[in-house]
Amino acid sequence: MRFEPAKPRMIFHYAGLILLSIICLTPIYIMISTSFKNEVLIFDGNPVWFFFFPTLQNYVDIIGDAHFDRYLLNSVIVGVSTTLITLTTGGMAAYALARMQFPGRQSIANGALLVRMIPPAVLAIPAFAVSIVLGIANQLSGLVFFYTALNLPFSIWLLYGFVKQVPVELEEAAIVDGATPWQVFTRVLFPVMKAGYAVTGIFVFRIAWNEFILALLLTDRTTRTLPVATSLFLTDSGPEWGRIMAMGTLIVIPPLIFTFFSARQIIAGMTAGAVKG
Amino acid sequence: MSDPSPPVATGMRRWIVGYLFVAPAVLLMGAGLIYPVVQGLLLSMQDWGVGTPMSTAEFIGADNYLRMLRDENVQESMWVTFKFGFFTITIEMTLGVALALLLEKPIRGASIFRTIFIMPLMISPVVVGLVWRYLFDARAGWINHYMELAGFEPLIWLGEPHLAFFAIVFTDIWQWTPFVFIIVIAGLQALPSEVLEASRIDGANTWQQIFLVKLPMIKSILIIALLLRLIDVFKGLEVMLILTEGGPGLATELLSLHVYKTAFDAQQLGYAAAISVLLLLIVFALSLAILLVSNPMKTRADV
Repeated sequence: MRFEPAKPRMIFHYAGLILLSIICLTPIYIMISTSFKNEVLIFDGNPVWFFFFPTLQNYVDIIGDAHFDRYLLNSVIVGVSTTLITLTTGGMAAYALARMQFPGRQSIANGALLVRMIPPAVLAIPAFAVSIVLGIANQLSGLVFFYTALNLPFSIWLLYGFVKQVPVELEEAAIVDGATPWQVFTRVLFPVMKAGYAVTGIFVFRIAWNEFILALLLTDRTTRTLPVATSLFLTDSGPEWGRIMAMGTLIVIPPLIFTFFSARQIIAGMTAGAVKG
Repeated sequence: MSDPSPPVATGMRRWIVGYLFVAPAVLLMGAGLIYPVVQGLLLSMQDWGVGTPMSTAEFIGADNYLRMLRDENVQESMWVTFKFGFFTITIEMTLGVALALLLEKPIRGASIFRTIFIMPLMISPVVVGLVWRYLFDARAGWINHYMELAGFEPLIWLGEPHLAFFAIVFTDIWQWTPFVFIIVIAGLQALPSEVLEASRIDGANTWQQIFLVKLPMIKSILIIALLLRLIDVFKGLEVMLILTEGGPGLATELLSLHVYKTAFDAQQLGYAAAISVLLLLIVFALSLAILLVSNPMKTRADV
């Protein structure tokens, strides 16, 4: 037997990776394909993988629901506001922690790392009480407030790394020219850190977009977000799988788009602490 | 070594600028994370039911904590969490590391595979729970259909304790093994090739290279991946809340889900807060362990 020495190994390599990819994608594919099936086909008990007559009925049903547009708008408002506020305040904090000297700097950095891990279940109980005290119960602003607080520690951590990568001479030159710290932050750092803000923004938006527990507790009929609205299809006299899968498909579109365009940066963000440390 | 940062201004003014820049973030985290957690601590010493004003809650000192120590449901839920953590983390770490070792060589198209592997992590936990609830469904579910085709009896997956537990473990492995795989492969590909070359010249075989060179060199990455997964075992509840709702009985009720259900199903907010303090302490201890292994905000100049 005479093989090219590299070839069988490469075939094995690709076969392994393709098999893993199929395992990752199958449940997502089943969700998307089921969203295009009618009730009869879904409850038939005979899984159909590829060849069936697709219907948009599930989508027509959920979008025709009087409140779908409101829930979608709620999710977008919460996601975008959380992202913008987190990036602004987190970016400022990251700049100060990375570049300025002041008493308590290290304690703030360490504190931010510790509160990063607060479990949502721990926050959920008092958040309920606190939002009543602050007058933000059942309002979108309440959700934005808690999501921002939850996302800040991780965002400061990521942005801190991006500030550190910027050569300090850029800022020094601006300061010599008489720039204020705010001008350095907005005019010198921001343009060179756009990629860092984009990655951090993707992380924050995704978490705010996907979050379920706090959204379930802190919203009402008018301020509900999409994940909460989807979960409600489970209880009404047995699960309506077609509509659930259609809602699920719509919810995963934004995160999957981000994944397609910036998988490399997302992975770098996820593994930053682990690999660099 | 001194910090290479430039002096932004001098003396007190310099400090004030620093404080102004961190103030918004610190205030938000203080009001949105630390204040609620302190409230939770106070609440854990009170008897407060949903629907009554918090000011009417009765102070009962350590009673909630004493009750927690005797509570068989808390013990059961701790045991479920322990079992769940043991099975998921053992399997995810073994599979993730083994696959990374097998497939570490950089190849063309790697970015496509990486994109696919992080998809289970990017989608909403609610969606993950719903999709697997559908697949495990006793009537419409696909898994039962293929069981029957293979000649087995269909099972009520989510209605029987052992099977439901299997379902949450299986779902977690599907979602998180790629995460371990990606972290480990990033670490392996960052290893200096000279060291691997040197060990090969010294006559190390493949197994010796793996166990005596590669794995020891990525030890801190493996520890961090392990700790991150462990923290998630105590943090995560969304997938379980959708997939099994903790049932049947307490079979899949992880500790954080138990806190949630005690608070909002049983409506015992004070008692749930006490259990959540236990949860918080566990997660804090694990987080401190991560900081000891690697502190991302400590540059070498600071050490």
